[in-house]
Order: sequence, then structure tokens, then C-alpha cells
Amino acid sequence: MNTKKAIRKLTGRNEFYISLVFLALCLLIEIRSGQFFTPNNIVDLLSALVVPGIFAISEFMVIVSGGFDVSFPALASLSSYATTKLLLDADYTGGVWLPILIALGIGALLGAFNGVFIGYFELPAMIVTLGSASVFKGFMQGTLNSKQLAVIPEGMREFGTSALFIAKNNESGLTSRMPTTFLALVIVLVFSYILLNRTMFGRGIYAIGGNPVSAHRAGFNVKRTRFFMFVFVGMISALAGLCRVCMMQQMHPTNMLGMEMNIIAGVVLGGTAIVGGSGTLFGCMLGTALIVVVENSMILIGIPTVWKDVFVGALIVLGTGLSAMQVTRARKAGLRNLKKEAVK
Amino acid sequence: MSEYLLKAVEISKSFAGVKALTNVSLQIKPGEIHCLAGENGCGKSTLIKVICGVYQPDSGYIEFNGKKYSRVTPLEAIAMGIQVIYQDFSVFPNLTVMENLAFNTELAAGRKFVNKRHMRKIAEEALAKINFSIELDRLVGSLTVAEKQMVAICRALMFDAKLIIMDEPTTALTKKEVQALFEIILKLKAQGISILFVSHKLNEVFEISERFTIFRSGRLIVSGNTADLDDRKFSYYMTGREFDDVKFKPSFQSDKNVLEVKNLSVPGAFENVSFSLKRGEILGVTGLLDSGRTELALSLFGLRKTSGGQILKDGKPITIASPRDAIANGIGYVPEDRLSEGLFLPQPISDNIVIAEIDHLTKKAGVLDRKKRQAEVDKWVKEMAIATPNPENACSTLSGGNQQRIVLAKWLACNLDVLVLNGPTVGVDIGSKHDIHAILQRLADQGMAIIIISDDMPEVLQNCSRLLVMKAGKIVAQLDPAQADEALVLAHMM
Repeated sequence: MNTKKAIRKLTGRNEFYISLVFLALCLLIEIRSGQFFTPNNIVDLLSALVVPGIFAISEFMVIVSGGFDVSFPALASLSSYATTKLLLDADYTGGVWLPILIALGIGALLGAFNGVFIGYFELPAMIVTLGSASVFKGFMQGTLNSKQLAVIPEGMREFGTSALFIAKNNESGLTSRMPTTFLALVIVLVFSYILLNRTMFGRGIYAIGGNPVSAHRAGFNVKRTRFFMFVFVGMISALAGLCRVCMMQQMHPTNMLGMEMNIIAGVVLGGTAIVGGSGTLFGCMLGTALIVVVENSMILIGIPTVWKDVFVGALIVLGTGLSAMQVTRARKAGLRNLKKEAVK
Repeated sequence: MSEYLLKAVEISKSFAGVKALTNVSLQIKPGEIHCLAGENGCGKSTLIKVICGVYQPDSGYIEFNGKKYSRVTPLEAIAMGIQVIYQDFSVFPNLTVMENLAFNTELAAGRKFVNKRHMRKIAEEALAKINFSIELDRLVGSLTVAEKQMVAICRALMFDAKLIIMDEPTTALTKKEVQALFEIILKLKAQGISILFVSHKLNEVFEISERFTIFRSGRLIVSGNTADLDDRKFSYYMTGREFDDVKFKPSFQSDKNVLEVKNLSVPGAFENVSFSLKRGEILGVTGLLDSGRTELALSLFGLRKTSGGQILKDGKPITIASPRDAIANGIGYVPEDRLSEGLFLPQPISDNIVIAEIDHLTKKAGVLDRKKRQAEVDKWVKEMAIATPNPENACSTLSGGNQQRIVLAKWLACNLDVLVLNGPTVGVDIGSKHDIHAILQRLADQGMAIIIISDDMPEVLQNCSRLLVMKAGKIVAQLDPAQADEALVLAHMM
């Protein structure tokens, strides 16, 4: 009985199906190319997951609270550009801690800008962030007069290029470096997990996503929770932006713009309800990883990169369609149960 | 200690110059079940919000446990022991039963971190208060309405509640669930908790409450012991109008059948259902929720696929495969859930009225004839006495009774022969209910054939000239309402 229940619980969850799809895709690539489960490929994929992964966590929080954030690429660009420019102008030669702190500070400030409108003025997150994305971008390009910065401070360059370890493929002799920035993803993940699951603040985010009116009546401070969530989200996004700059070893102001759609797709693909209130970080990471694999590994099975977008698109329709279908089915089953109850 | 637990004294409250409450008072004794009744918009909800601190009154004061408060904040109200169970229960569908039960207590205690074991303990304690058992790890969204309500009640009890206010708690419950709720309410009363039960349903007021208060248009009409109340008085207090409960007698009836159904079946819902219908007749169909009554209605309107059987209209066999076929054959349908199936809520009242006849309101080239449309709209707003300042307002601005009139107007504009109504007065207040019944009886007298599908016993007994009882997909009895009573019908239904 208990195992049956456990299986039902497992198969009732979105993450289960995404895992299946993910595994199937990996196996398919492995069978066709024999190159998927090689140490260097895995490390390459993990390295490619760092920036989208951190972005996905920030987006995940916003979606769980019942909104959408489309400003994070602009926020990340502005904060990392400002940080890099500031330190270059000051001929900064120290380590990476100061750049990280500055980026986090600017990110918090910009996040607070979103948070004031969304939290305290109760405006829809999607509209506010559409606007703030333009504001951030405009500020970066206008006021800061952004250009590509080909050189970044030494400490940042080191952080972006240093490796935790180097994986080697014994057959081909190819090597891949596991970047230190991967630690940033791990730290953000752990921190967010604790925040979302072990603090009343995090449960408040879920509660607000479920029903903001009830959350208010239950005693959550809805406005403050939303505000601080956007401050956190700003900080996390800024960190992702800084990682990106460090890993690329240059600051390209428009490089991150336009990433929001794939990130949202990954989060939703991972079973996060678009209406808010439900989803897990595990699913969120899984969905993002799926997109990263499709984007990076299609070439391994001989599919030209131009088809990448088609596959990502198909995945999104399929993945979100499946979860939508599940919701309808669950609702119908609920109705049936209700009728049975009524008969009794 | 004073005689009353709660006294709301001469409370007035207005919104943007509109008076919602004018000098109303309410007294509740310790451990009593008090019913607050009134039609939609009479100020019941406003008073509740004043009592629990959501609104501040413009004048008047509240006395709780002998202490006088000129204004109360929500937190003070909770600390005093006042708990409200809202119509939507204020639960989180996306979270577990445990979290739903424990959040309020944990937040009130100012906890910053989640302690699962502690939460589980709180949740178990809460459930134990009314001996309710449910898996703590289930998501609240997967519970039935009644279970959600129990969760909300358990949660309310965590705060040493002295007064529990239930805002229309029976709206979405089945008969059996209502009985279960009443048992819980009596249990709470036995524990010395006062209940303020808000309802506009007469039978519930009689069954559960000891004393009652009735509001109309923001004013206190009467307050007293339920024992001194009867049907007629209740309706009068609620609406300020007198109603005569005359049983419908068809004034004329043609001898030819306008609709004949022979051996109709819908797999899994009902089988071999046969009946006939004459002009001027109101046929009632009643039965339990699973008896197939709703499916029968849907199949007559082409919304359920039938297998076998025949439908004859004026003696000629017809097929009804879609609502379009049904309308073309002069059959209209008023659905059970008018909000989602019968109306375009955000659209203007006018559009909702003309939607089914829109094809006939055109000029030559198929362009909408605005003058014709306006004439139709004006005619029906007047005929149906739809209470609106402007027919271009959205349908959602109207009360339930007025919305139902629009659904009726929409069909009447199509000159139908047969009108099928499924639960025509569910969620409609008493005054509108009487008006809708009067409209239906008038239509029958004008020669329309009407089928009312309903489990509201007084409704079918009073308005139908013939009554079919369905049970488990079959017609089990045909009764003459003039000679039947509720007990007899129920005996056939069960």
C-alpha cells in the first residue's frame, strides 16, 4: 500500500516526467554520438548551466509568488556593467570579493526599484518589469554610455577563468575546466532552498502565490514579502550577470538581453505553475538543464544549430502542454470524486 | 459578565457617500447560534467586516465581553476571540493541510523559521478540536469544498475563538455536507462558542439558529427568536414584500405534444427516458445530483451525445447534435451555472440579452442594425424589470437574481417553444426567486412549454404541473404536485 502510494505520488509529479524526458534525451544523444557521457561534455554542460541556472532561480521565486520578471537580463547587464566600469576607472587590482559586493549592492538597489512598485503599489510584476527592463537598459546605454569593455579587472578575470578541476576525455584528449563560478550556482541554490523551504518568509512567497488575500488574512506581510523578494531576486540576477562577465572575460552590454524567454521556459518546463504557488527548485533546475542540453548538445547528434530554436520551442509546447493536461485531468477527477461523495 | 458576548451598537458606515449601514445593531449571547439574514447587498458583509476590524465604522461602537471599543483592528479582533470563516475559506490551495492549519499560529507567534515538527503538532491539535481527521500532507487544492471548510474551521479554533462568524457557509455544499456542518456547529456551541451564521436560506435559518437578525438595504429590520418566525414573515422581512404561495395551475394546455422524448439514453448517465410535454405545461424533473437530471437537460440542448432513443418536436422526429440544432428547433436552455455557462459576465447587459437572436437583428448585408438592437434591449430590460442604471454596464455588476433574468430574457427574445431550466433559482435571493417563478408561470400561460430541473423541493412542488422523479438514470415516478409533498418526493428520490 505504501509503495503504491509512493509510486502514485512520484508519477503525479511533474518533475518525474521531466526527469524521464531529460534522461531519454541524454541517452539518445549518447547512442547517436557516444560523446554525451564523457567527462569533458558533462563538465561543459555544467559550466554552461551556471548563468542560466542562477537566473532561473531568481525567476523561479518570482513565478512562485504569482508574477513574471522580464527585467533580470537588463538588471544583470546594468549592474555588471556599472561594476566593471567603476572598477576599471579606479584601476582596481584586488580580488573578486569587491566586484561581487558592488554588483550585489547595485542588484539589490535595482531589485528594490521593482519591489517598490510591485510590492507597495501592488502593480502587476510583468508590467512593472517590462518597464523597468527598458529603464535599466536605457540607463546603461544612455547615462553610462555603455560600450563593449574588452578588458575586465584582473580579479574578475581570474575568478572567471580559474577552475575547480579539469576533466579530461581519455579518448579524444579534450579537456574541459569546471569553472569556479559553478560554486556561485551551488551557493545560490542552497541559499534559495533554505529561504524558500525553511523560513516563514519563503513559505510566505508560496502562500502569496497561492492566494494573496488569504496570505494577508493569515498574517503575512504581503507587501513587505514581495518587496524583499524582489531585492533578493535583484541580487541573485546581478550575481549571475557578474559571473557571465567574468566567464566571458569581457563586458558586452547587450549580450545578456533577450535571455528571459528561455529562462522562463526552463522554469515552467520544470513544473512551476505559471499561476504561481507551486513548483520546486529541483524541477526548476531540471527544466533549465533540459534547455541547456538542447542548446548545447544538438550539434552532437548532427542537428545543425539553426534547428536549436525549433527544438527548444517544441520542448516548451510539449512540456507545458503536458502539465496543463495534468491539471485538467486532476480537476476532472476531483469533480468525479465530488459526485461520488454526493451520492453517498 | 454581561448578558451579551457581542454588541454592535448603532453602527453606520458609508462608502463614497453611499450608505451601506445605517444605525444597525446586533447582539449575540454567549454560546448561541445567531443567524444574520438578508438579501444580497443588504449590508451583512459590511457589518461582519466592521466586527472583525477590516472596516472602521463611521459611527457607533462595539462591545465585546462587556468592554467597549469604538474601533477594532483585525489583530485586536483575533486577540479578542473573533474569527471569520470567509466564503472562500481563505485557504492556500497550493499548500498542505498542515501548513494551512499552522501558518496563522506560527505567524502570530512571530516565528521566522519553519519547524515542521512544531507545525505538525499545531495541525494535529487543530484537527482534534472537532475530531476531524484528514491526511496532513495532502494539498488543500485536492480537498472537497466541505473538507476545505473543515480545515478553515479547525484553523479558526486555534485562537481560543469565542465568536465564529461564518459567511454563507453552505453555498457550495451538498445536503449531506450541510448536515455534517450543522453537527460541527452544534459541537462548537456545546463548547460555549457563539456562532454568527450568515445566510439567506430560510430552511437553514430555521434549522440551526436560536435567534436571528434580518437586515434590508443597510437597516436593521427585525431581531428575535427563531421560534417566533415563519416562512411568510421571513420572506416579508427579507424583501419587504408579501408573496402568496399559490401552486401553479396551467390556465390552458394544448392536447398535442410539443416535445416528445422516447427511450432516450446517454451512456453512463441515464437510459430509456421517455416523457412528453405540452404547451402551457411546466414539467418538473427532480432527483439527486447523480440521478442523470443534469445530463438529461444537456442532451435536450445538444450538449450530450445520446445513444438510441428519439426526440420528436410537434410530432416530427428531430436530431439535436449541437446547441445550434436545439435553438433552430425552438429549444432553449438555462444552465445550472449561469456565471460560467449562461452569461458573458464582463460584457454589457445589452449584448448578453441579444446574443442568441443576433442573427435576426441585422440589416441586409449582415451588418448589425443598431436601432433594432436598442429596441430589443430596452424592451427586455423593461419587461424583466432588470435593475440597472445602464444596460451597457457589465453583466457582472448585477445581483444573482438580475443575472438570471438576463439569461431568461436572452431566450425569450428568441421566441422559443420549449425552455429547459436547470436549477433556475440557485443562489438567487428570495425576492428574485419569486419574480422568476412568476415569470415562468406567465410564460407557460402564454403557451410556452417549460421544463424545470431542480432539487429545490418547494420550487418544483409549487411551480410544476407535473413532476418526474429520477433516480440512478431512470424515471422512477410521475407525480401530481397538487397531491404530493416533500416527503413523498424524497422517498422516491432516495
